Amino acid sequence: MGLNFDLGFGSSKKFDYEKIYDLIVIGGGPGGLSSALYAKRKGIDVAIISGSIGGQVSDTSSVENYLGIESLSGEGLVKQFKSHVEAYDVPMLDQKKVLEISNDKVKEIKLDSGEIVKAKTVIVATGSLNRKIGVPGEDEFYGKGVTYCAICDGPLFEGLDVIVSGGGNSAVEAAIDLSKIANSVKLVQRSVLRADKVLIDKLESIENVEIFIGHQIKEVKGDKLVSSVIALNKETNEEVEFKTNALFVEIGYVPNSKFVENILELNNKKEIVINEKNETSVEGIYAVGDVTSVPYKQIIIAASEGAKAALSAVDYLNKN
Amino acid sequence: MSLLNEEVKGQLKEVFGNMKNEVTIALFVSENNCETCEDTKSYMTDVETLSENIKLEVYDINNDSEKAEELNVDKVPAIVLLDSNKKDNGVKFYGIPAGHEINSFVTGILEVSDAGEELPEAMVNEIKAIDKKVNIKVFVTLACPHCAGAVSKAHKLALMNENITGEMIEAQTFNDLSNKYNVSGVPKIVINEKYELVGNQPIEKFLEEIAKIG
Repeated sequence: MGLNFDLGFGSSKKFDYEKIYDLIVIGGGPGGLSSALYAKRKGIDVAIISGSIGGQVSDTSSVENYLGIESLSGEGLVKQFKSHVEAYDVPMLDQKKVLEISNDKVKEIKLDSGEIVKAKTVIVATGSLNRKIGVPGEDEFYGKGVTYCAICDGPLFEGLDVIVSGGGNSAVEAAIDLSKIANSVKLVQRSVLRADKVLIDKLESIENVEIFIGHQIKEVKGDKLVSSVIALNKETNEEVEFKTNALFVEIGYVPNSKFVENILELNNKKEIVINEKNETSVEGIYAVGDVTSVPYKQIIIAASEGAKAALSAVDYLNKN
Repeated sequence: MSLLNEEVKGQLKEVFGNMKNEVTIALFVSENNCETCEDTKSYMTDVETLSENIKLEVYDINNDSEKAEELNVDKVPAIVLLDSNKKDNGVKFYGIPAGHEINSFVTGILEVSDAGEELPEAMVNEIKAIDKKVNIKVFVTLACPHCAGAVSKAHKLALMNENITGEMIEAQTFNDLSNKYNVSGVPKIVINEKYELVGNQPIEKFLEEIAKIG
């Protein structure tokens, strides 16, 4: 049990529910934090609402492609991002989810905890969510053995048998981490492993891990809890049943855009459509990073898009 | 040795500066069969030094059984946050609120000190009108980034209505309880032993489940 203390409380500057902010940034990942920094330095009254400060970067073991930073843990990078923004006294609301944004001149942002926040402009930087496999039993057994958060739920399967679905870096890393807790780990992937070679080599060297490539998961079965997973061996065209206590799904991400689908234009991948100034289909609402139609989901791209969106919002505020 | 480093202590001091009233941490421990009691006690002892408004009272669940009964504490380590009138508002933590749960712990202290966040009036009225006994258990792991949000919502409901109690339960410390409630994903929210939610849900979802109670 880790006794570290991940204090998420932002700057001491208190969030003001009464006032109308110039700009509210939704999302605390690199895109959102960078937006807030740029806007604040331009003298804009800005605040951040975030589900988790750092976003996906916090779950990344190490970052080695951010200019100027040779190698740092995801959590370490988030800490630097956050303290940089905090130095400017930007109010941050953490652990909040936005349910909807109104399409009015003054935007009303409804939070899952019940409050309503008002702003003249909004930057949506909500990143992406875990992708589902989309097979029978997956939803039914969510929280009953099917999980999308290895770091959260891994400790619950100490000494038990687990399956990880996926073949990218996050799946392989999850399998490596789980092998230390679980009795056995099966990595089941429908095609080949796409993870970095160093990670695959490491995974293959672990005794209680078995790798099944070319196996497509068809169904999750169980009674009250997950008891097995059915997969199709694509080479032999035969179905196999793997007994398991858990299915960790690590097959990538989908844009976290559902809460704006009624007011913003999305493309067929459910990404928010933006132009080169990060403007969405609604005046005064901007979007950045993984949630948008901009290709290549990278930390440095989200951060630079955040800067651009903030400057666009400042332009708009100056004109209106 | 202190569990909190100087940096975290500094941040906590600043956050606790927003407290409006005194809060008493009633901590229950036991000398035997409690792996995390010692750490929890040391952590709470540190926390007490970070604000004049925080008072710590340490009880032994066996020797102080009357107090344990009064505050409905049946396992250790347990923390009950009492308000400035030393009143129990149903805000409870079973297991050490370390890792990401430091956030629900700090939020709990602020809320009980009356420095919490205001909810919209319609929702306040809906919560205040609940006239059945409601117990909300929120199972967590300390490495779970979004569990603290669910715990804070359960505590907020407890604070707003005397009929409601909210408990964080650290799933690994209380493994038997986790098995009993089939906890295989966190946060898992169990309302009155019967109604279940998984994930950090909006307050509306809590209220929908509470409405189902007969």
